[in-house]
Amino acid sequence: MSATTKTRTAAEGRTASKPAQASAAARLLGDRRLPVLVTAGLFLAMYIGGLSRYQNYGFGEPQVFLNLFIDNGYLLVAAVGATFVIMSGGIDLSVGSLIGFTTMFTAWLVERQGLPLLLVIPLALGVGAFGGFLMGYVIHNFEIQPFIVTLAGLFLFRGLCLVISKESISIGDSTVSSMAQTRVSLGLGELSLGAIVALVVLAAAFYILHYTRFGRRVYAIGGNEQSALLMGLPLGGTKIAVYTVSGFCSALAGLLFMLYIQSGDPLHAVGMELDAIAAVVIGGTLLTGGSGYVLGTLFGVLVLGLIKSIIQFEGTLSSWWTKIATGVLLCAFILIQRAMTTRKQT
Amino acid sequence: MSTPAVTTPSRWRALTRHHLFWPVAVLIALLLVNVPFTPDFFASRMADGHLYGSLVSIVLFGSPLILVAVGMTLVIATGGIDLSVGAVVAITGALTCSYISDQADQNALAGVFLAMGIGLVAAVVCGLWNGFLVARMGIQPIIATLIIMVAGRGVAQLITDGQIITINSEPYKLIGGGYWLTLPFSIFVVAAVVAVTVALTRRTALGLLVESVGGNAEASRLVGIRSRRIKIMVYMFCALCAGIAGLMISSNTSAADGNNAGLWIELDAILAVVIGGTSLLGGRFSIGGTVVGALVIQTLTTTIYTIGVPTQTNLVFKAAVVIVVCLLQSPKFRAKVFGAKGRARTTAPAEPATPADAAPKMEVSR
Repeated sequence: MSATTKTRTAAEGRTASKPAQASAAARLLGDRRLPVLVTAGLFLAMYIGGLSRYQNYGFGEPQVFLNLFIDNGYLLVAAVGATFVIMSGGIDLSVGSLIGFTTMFTAWLVERQGLPLLLVIPLALGVGAFGGFLMGYVIHNFEIQPFIVTLAGLFLFRGLCLVISKESISIGDSTVSSMAQTRVSLGLGELSLGAIVALVVLAAAFYILHYTRFGRRVYAIGGNEQSALLMGLPLGGTKIAVYTVSGFCSALAGLLFMLYIQSGDPLHAVGMELDAIAAVVIGGTLLTGGSGYVLGTLFGVLVLGLIKSIIQFEGTLSSWWTKIATGVLLCAFILIQRAMTTRKQT
Repeated sequence: MSTPAVTTPSRWRALTRHHLFWPVAVLIALLLVNVPFTPDFFASRMADGHLYGSLVSIVLFGSPLILVAVGMTLVIATGGIDLSVGAVVAITGALTCSYISDQADQNALAGVFLAMGIGLVAAVVCGLWNGFLVARMGIQPIIATLIIMVAGRGVAQLITDGQIITINSEPYKLIGGGYWLTLPFSIFVVAAVVAVTVALTRRTALGLLVESVGGNAEASRLVGIRSRRIKIMVYMFCALCAGIAGLMISSNTSAADGNNAGLWIELDAILAVVIGGTSLLGGRFSIGGTVVGALVIQTLTTTIYTIGVPTQTNLVFKAAVVIVVCLLQSPKFRAKVFGAKGRARTTAPAEPATPADAAPKMEVSR
């Protein structure tokens, strides 16, 4: 991996010294921002396509665009958490079941135990973050692959959902419904509380990943764990922190999902970890870690959301096309990534 | 020191060192847990010429998992992983059932065989695609197979038009729910697949090649092993196994459900492989261990049902098993927790008659 980084700088040096030799296409392929730009371009193209096709059905209204944030706020938060993990070279499969668990946990505490929501929210966030911390601890201290540890987390949290209750719990709490119905007007349209929280999380993640020491460490570890260790970076602390962040984000996503759907159900968000990973990959973050932008994740989520809303507007298309389209996009972006990394290696 | 005192511990040690010891021990322990709750747990009886009993049903319900896990073992042995098996199960079931349901006579043997052929070919094509992405394009296996995992279920739903297709075909019912020679037919299918796999990997050089590719794909290529071809073959084999499992699942329920058929089976299969002692890092594998691992998972499920624990805690138990097995496999964990014991064992090899845990106790008492 260090060889990759070295050759990358060497390749950049070469293109700088002999610009005439490097073809424009090769330079474009070598640009780290390419996947993000492609995703942004794709989003724009899809949006314009939708605009021309469903103009008469009100596709062009700003609210339709803002609904992308309202309907996918929870996915955005979960995907931001997944971005941290993937950036560090790991993977977190427990996202979906942690979201499901949070909806169930909060619904149970609020409805069955009568606890006030303001007390339940920090409790749920704490449980999520602690779950992530535990997984990170096991991954780092016992050197077990993240894949298998978070798989255990997936089973555990999904199981805990079912232990709380087999049936879904609908939430009739007045605080929850008033929070769910809160709309913030933006002039052109309005955003829900969940969407605002998601955007705040995105901004915070952007700041942390690109402007803090912790963010640099995440990139460094994802780029090359050995080198990061030799440089004296606190490997264990950072790794554990990354999974804690992911657990926290998953719990927060769970709270937003609970607000969005106003119920707790043991089968909520089954397989959402894959949506989150897909959003991160489509957003251009390298799955091997060490390279990517959290803004790309935003575009990844928006593209996935736009597919869903286009399918809704189309009316005749069925929901399984969402899965197929996601798979095809995933494939295309993985191949783009692959083309970029081979370019760097040669 | 008398001679038996020396040989007994060494024989015991040889037994405990065998790679199948712990999986089998766990399996036996799990089976024994059932006895206090259902005293006739090990009894089996004949009815209508069929053999019934808890052990038979464990194997019957565990068969799809064993099949998928056997295929997964070889993939993991090459250092890969296949997340798409659940989707392949769904696609195969969907294609086969939709073809059979279109037939005028669903009991016609030719139609059923053709339908199964179509399903299995589709499965192998999925495997070829996975293998192509992993071996030719050099994409990480977990990501390459993620594509079919996401898109495959969509394809399966597309084939069944989002419905659950039910069929009524006697010959097709045999594979997953029928009986032959008093035993469930699926046991014979599983036995055949396992036998072929073991024969191919242990009686020919194929197993060695797979392990070599898993150990170091680049080095294997340099010594002249076609590591890419081996990888593609292994993914195709894994998908074929998943396809057979898909036939079995859809045949057992006489229905194809694009959404739920084989849901999470990839995770169970990986779990079975890990319990069976195959390292996720690749390089060596144990088909026998995987079969035992799959049986452990199925026995765990059955045990949870029989001892009256609410079924919803099933997943929590599984999570606990995953964590315990992984922790026990981790050298670092063993060093931290059993560190004292391990040291005592290495420093005192000359006196095997002393219980291994005696030394730390003495130190504590001092």
